[in-house]
Amino acid sequence: MAGTIAIKNGYVFDPLNEMNGEIMDIFIKDGKVVRELSAAELKDAKVIDVSGMTVMPGGVDSHSHVAGAKVNAGRSMRPEDHYKANIQKTSLTHSGSGYTVPSVYKQGYDYTAMGYTTVFEAAIPPLEARHTHEEMRATPLLDMGGYLILGNNFFLMRYLHNGDIEKAAAYVAWMMKTHKAYGIKCVNPAGVENWGWGKNIHSLDEANIHFEITPRETIKGLSEINESLGMPIPLHLHANNLGHPGCYGITKDSLKILDGVKPKQNMDVEWAETKMDPSRERSVYLAHMMFNSFAGTTWGDCESGVKDIAEYINNKDHVVIDSGCTPFGEATVMTGDGPAIQDMYKLTGNKWSNTDVEMEGGSGVIPFTYFKSNPVHSLQWAMGLECLLLINDPWKTILTTDSPNGGPFTKYPEVMTWVMSEAFRKQTFSECHKWANDRSELGGINRELSLYDLAVLTRANPARTIGMAHRKGSLGVGADGDVTVYNINPQQLDTNNYEALLQAFRKAEYTVKGGEIVSVQGEIVSLPEKRTYYSEVHVENEREKEMLIDVKEWFRYYTLGFANYPTPEKYLQNPTPIKVNIVR
Amino acid sequence: MTEGVLIDKNKSDSKLEAVIKPESFTGKVSGEMAEVTLILKKEIDIKLEADVITPDSFAGKSAQEIGNLSIWQGPKTYPLSEFFEVIGNGGSSAAETLIRIKGDAMRIKRIGESMSAGKIEIEGSAGMHLGTGMKGGEIVVSGDADSWAGMEMIGGLLHIKGNAGDHVGCAYRGKWHGMKGGRIVIEGSVRHQLGGGMDGGEILVEGNVESFCGIRQNGGLIFVKGNALRGLGAEMAGGTIVVGGKIERFSPGFEFVSMENSVKFGETEFIGEFKKFTGDYAISKRAKGALYVAVDTNPEL
Repeated sequence: MAGTIAIKNGYVFDPLNEMNGEIMDIFIKDGKVVRELSAAELKDAKVIDVSGMTVMPGGVDSHSHVAGAKVNAGRSMRPEDHYKANIQKTSLTHSGSGYTVPSVYKQGYDYTAMGYTTVFEAAIPPLEARHTHEEMRATPLLDMGGYLILGNNFFLMRYLHNGDIEKAAAYVAWMMKTHKAYGIKCVNPAGVENWGWGKNIHSLDEANIHFEITPRETIKGLSEINESLGMPIPLHLHANNLGHPGCYGITKDSLKILDGVKPKQNMDVEWAETKMDPSRERSVYLAHMMFNSFAGTTWGDCESGVKDIAEYINNKDHVVIDSGCTPFGEATVMTGDGPAIQDMYKLTGNKWSNTDVEMEGGSGVIPFTYFKSNPVHSLQWAMGLECLLLINDPWKTILTTDSPNGGPFTKYPEVMTWVMSEAFRKQTFSECHKWANDRSELGGINRELSLYDLAVLTRANPARTIGMAHRKGSLGVGADGDVTVYNINPQQLDTNNYEALLQAFRKAEYTVKGGEIVSVQGEIVSLPEKRTYYSEVHVENEREKEMLIDVKEWFRYYTLGFANYPTPEKYLQNPTPIKVNIVR
Repeated sequence: MTEGVLIDKNKSDSKLEAVIKPESFTGKVSGEMAEVTLILKKEIDIKLEADVITPDSFAGKSAQEIGNLSIWQGPKTYPLSEFFEVIGNGGSSAAETLIRIKGDAMRIKRIGESMSAGKIEIEGSAGMHLGTGMKGGEIVVSGDADSWAGMEMIGGLLHIKGNAGDHVGCAYRGKWHGMKGGRIVIEGSVRHQLGGGMDGGEILVEGNVESFCGIRQNGGLIFVKGNALRGLGAEMAGGTIVVGGKIERFSPGFEFVSMENSVKFGETEFIGEFKKFTGDYAISKRAKGALYVAVDTNPEL
């Protein structure tokens, strides 16, 4: 029977159910985790024995650039990214190519081979939602969704400037539904708009041109909308001044704005059984913290500011971060933060692209290579790991490379191994520039994360943070039957043998998706359908009508007609709306 | 162009003399080499992707095993023996294997790709991407080579006795880090973008080059005995270009530095009267490219 399986005798790490390596069997029936299978069901079920191996819920990536216009721009401007990294077609799978920006098929297979089953696109410009959905639909195996870029949106800036939060909320609700998007992403709040005039914004209380709104007002307003609607995910913030020496200050101050905001998740979903409360506990989700944590004033005197932000986060409970680690090597930087891309062009002279997304934001792409011999790149490597190791509570951290900005997601195994193995960190220190050690705290940290912690950072917490813990990130009864089996025996775990860890993380022994084995030792063996999630946010008809009058009036400044704006459901594979802001 | 030989047989007006001492570009050739001869059996329509024709993949294999190696043509693979008669077994290592290709190989691409040692002799012309990424050993082509010969080469010697196409020793499309080491010798002329993005190694051309020779060069040496059309050294950030012939349209981003009687690069020395320029300042104020131009053939510069 498809979707029914028994995974026996593994060491299970399921943090949401407080399972820390207990030997137990996992049963999945028709794609969902069940308490047990009857004798009759077991007869038909696939049974695998994973004695001596590590079992975790399927990996969840809550911040990755995998679909849409900028990803595709990255693909097309980088033929050199493709000619050495390619896969042949098989009777089951498509061919594909690309190292930092793989083709949709290849990225689906590559994530699956590592044990990931759910990936959320980090930035969808509304105008590019159709394109984004087309690529998500074509990405095999992965359950997906994405966040809508709203930090420099004309309509919202106008509403927020006028203090019209209700209309702003109605607009956000309508936009989620219209573009089949999942949450609010805020990139360089108020600053990208200035980039349209060749300027940027460098402090929280600087008002931007025309709209006269400040980053502080934008962050505050979007967060208020987010919580008033009961969105699944906290405000997902890409803070101002990203990638500038000294930017850690504004990052910390941005987080302070939302201190005291109570997270209110209001979703109508069936919750899988978990021991821990699976609802989200944070009101701000800081994206790729490393890139926003530079201290110093120039690239000559810059140093890590991670410690300072980490201390703040350790003392507060409203922040969750993803790390944005830089594992060295090739990357393609892509972001809605147009001016940040121009800064990087000035630094590197590399080919680059920049786009003004009409009334919604900006975007840019530039290839980048992180060298071990480069002092700043080495420091960045250390800072990314500091983000995950200096914040004490694993439930405040998520492991990412902001793929492909810090490096491709296929480098996650390196990052996982660095946080688990001090020996591996020492090895890398010996190979890279001394700034990594001299200008960060990493050298003095002997913390090594456990497999349980790792399951928090790569499954349980990303799922919980973005509001998917009702079906992802745990192996509780009722959860999706997504399971990763790593060939790691926790009883014999030796973090000095980091090569073994790297091998195990690169190719999961088994990846199970919805109860079906989809990959074995990295090889794709089946291709069940995937789902796309989006937030269907309730808004009263009257509110929506009032708001739409404004939208239609201002819509004439767009280059497309209003009727062509929405993304129809047919652009999604198995569209799965999550009802939000329900009236009880 | 072998050790100690002066290059002066060219038709160009240049009185330039070059003394070239090859270092060990080809690695150690240890005595006897086992010879594998590939004789083309039929005319090729769709070009072959022949990256399997290397001493590395032939080493340790019998003629029959070599014939069974698979080769791409369009969307299909065939055994090598579909196209070639294979005579002789490979040596016990790549260094001990000599591959001789008889027939017109102009429609056979990627011969010698990434080879690390040994030798390939092509008695005729060779198709695109000859010796791409080669790390060591030697390739000799008695005829011409199509475009992209020695693309991103790392080491070894690529010797083309005829002419060559575009992008010799260049970077792949989209990036600007091409040839890193080794030597390419071309006795004839070449077309555009020779040594584009070159990081190291040497390219020596007896004949002429066309446009954008040494574009985006970062390091290494390009020597052109003959003439250059235009865009010479455009956007170069480092490395050395020496031109003996006439430069049709000189790149605007270079500044005159000094007069020189010789140019020395590694073990290679050029003797003659040169004007030395540096640039290309059109792309960066920090550019460190050096451009040596023979005085007698370029009186107006």
